[in-house]
Amino acid sequence: MRRALPIVVVLVVLLAAIAVVNPFFLEPAGFLGFLKRAAPLVILAAGQYFVIVSGEFDLSVGSLVTAEVVIAARLIDGDESATWPVLALLIVIGLLVGLVNGVVTTKLRVPSFIVTLGMLLVLTGAVFLWTGGAPRGALSEGFRMFGRGGLGPLPWSVLILLAMGAAAIWLTRTDFGRTLIAVGDNERAAALSGVRVDRAKIFAFMLSGLAAAVAAVLLGGFAGVSAQAGQGLEFSAITAVVLGGVALGGGRGSVPAALAGAFTLEALFTLLNLYGISGALESTVQGVIIIAAVAAGAVRLPWKFTPRRGDAHAAS
Amino acid sequence: MNLPVRARRPTGRPTRSGAAHGGLAARLREPTQVVFLALLGLVAVGYVLVALDGGQFLTMESVVGIQQRSAALGIVAIGQTLVILAGSLDLSVAYLISLASLVAAETMAGQDGNILPAVAAVLAVSMLVGLVNGLIITRLRVHAFIATLGVALVIKGVVDHLYDGPAGKVPESFQVLGYSRIGPVPVSAMLWAGVAVAAWFLLSRTRLGYRIYAVGGNEEVARLSGIRTGRVIVVTHVLCSVCAGIAGLLLAARLGAGAPTVGTDGGYDLESIAAVVLGGTALAGGKGGVAGTVGGVLLLAVLDTIFNQLEVNSFVKDVVRGVVIVIAVAVYARRGTRRPA
Repeated sequence: MRRALPIVVVLVVLLAAIAVVNPFFLEPAGFLGFLKRAAPLVILAAGQYFVIVSGEFDLSVGSLVTAEVVIAARLIDGDESATWPVLALLIVIGLLVGLVNGVVTTKLRVPSFIVTLGMLLVLTGAVFLWTGGAPRGALSEGFRMFGRGGLGPLPWSVLILLAMGAAAIWLTRTDFGRTLIAVGDNERAAALSGVRVDRAKIFAFMLSGLAAAVAAVLLGGFAGVSAQAGQGLEFSAITAVVLGGVALGGGRGSVPAALAGAFTLEALFTLLNLYGISGALESTVQGVIIIAAVAAGAVRLPWKFTPRRGDAHAAS
Repeated sequence: MNLPVRARRPTGRPTRSGAAHGGLAARLREPTQVVFLALLGLVAVGYVLVALDGGQFLTMESVVGIQQRSAALGIVAIGQTLVILAGSLDLSVAYLISLASLVAAETMAGQDGNILPAVAAVLAVSMLVGLVNGLIITRLRVHAFIATLGVALVIKGVVDHLYDGPAGKVPESFQVLGYSRIGPVPVSAMLWAGVAVAAWFLLSRTRLGYRIYAVGGNEEVARLSGIRTGRVIVVTHVLCSVCAGIAGLLLAARLGAGAPTVGTDGGYDLESIAAVVLGGTALAGGKGGVAGTVGGVLLLAVLDTIFNQLEVNSFVKDVVRGVVIVIAVAVYARRGTRRPA
């Protein structure tokens, strides 16, 4: 938790800045709206955390989100009764994509950067091949409820976010979570102490795939079907995790910090919108702030620069 | 190019090192050679497939097409090779290419006399971007992934803010770079070859080249051996950005104007990394070379050409490309694990 402190401070400052410009933000409805918008990215960041802390990358989550939304729209096609089977299918697809990523990374010893980059190409290609170039069909109301509706005043997405966040934090406290950090820190040492490194990493990739599936359900409900649903989310998720002080290359970081990083990124987007910084310059400010934030974190913590030899993604 | 690789691990395979000098079989085992074997195989397969389809594969047109298609990506990938060999990576090249094309076309403004200043301006801008990349990574100790992603966002914002669409005009005399050719060889391919030879010379014949391999192999050891590792990394980033700038010039010459999306539409950031890795260069740095990258780029271009001639759906292309990249790297990894045993 101590390591999460700097990012929490930044988050609080950003939230305060938003509240100054837009007092509505302090009311429950305003704040819940923010949480709702942030939910997909935060969930993705939680999934990405497990992959990154084990010393790998997952670049496929953005395209996986797009693929899931497009698949859901095509299969449901407005049919209410298809909602639940398709939801189950989406979760299975997410897990399956994670499984493939993990198995190819660990068993075939291909750097995860390349595996997930390949997966990105395959997913976008396959999905649009299937739908003929543009998303087709429509989501059912039951499906969109998760992104838009709520249980009383509480949006479903916030509840799902809480559940996923709690599950992620719980996972880091189990043997699996500790094992994963050990693997990311020094894979060889972990293997020699009896850790099943491959299994731990595959599980991490599956968690990331699962997170992408859930994020896709929320995004599909919230923003609707589009071919750009998940565009750039992989970079946002990795940025969020790194903002939270999780080291690329693995072995260091915590879930609460990664979640705080995702909230910070979303707060940053909101703030830039509120201050009316023109759409284009927004990314410039974003880039500067990301570099500055990571640099500020790096000055105090010793930062690993190159992946060390012996890491899995240093293989080949 | 093999020299520094071998020098880096003198105890790696004492019994085989003699064979590696002479034997063809041993040489072919290097990933950089494998990619050329794969390239030959792919050309053969393509020839058969296109012939079955009733076409002719290796026509003058398609050979020129392959060269032209790969020139821009090839130049970027050469720069990316240098950065990756040093253990870093550069995700900002795509946006830098767009920026470079705009700077070039705006400065030229259709006047022949402005070509030299425009080229100078592009090179200056690229060097500046590379310098910023390198300094953020080495001085501020930000991971290269985040640093170059951040710089990419910064460039994206500036470009999107200033331009909505194509801008500037490239004079006819400069468009020669884009399309004209001498015999079967396009000028752009010669430019690519020139950049490749320069990079090969740098890596295999100069002190800096050896240092790049050393830093990529093990930064700490390189530092302890008295190499100023930070400086090496900054220089590779400057060179990589200059390559991206040259690619931007080339694309501006081809389009006749600068375009804010020319770099991202081509997917030059991830594609160039894929080409480098396809060429057998290790993503973690220290192993590989320019020759492999040239092979990797050609492989992607031949694949593209085959698909175009067979008129395959462009989405299938993406799927196959993704699978090919992963399989190729899996094959290299397999060879890598068998050898040191």
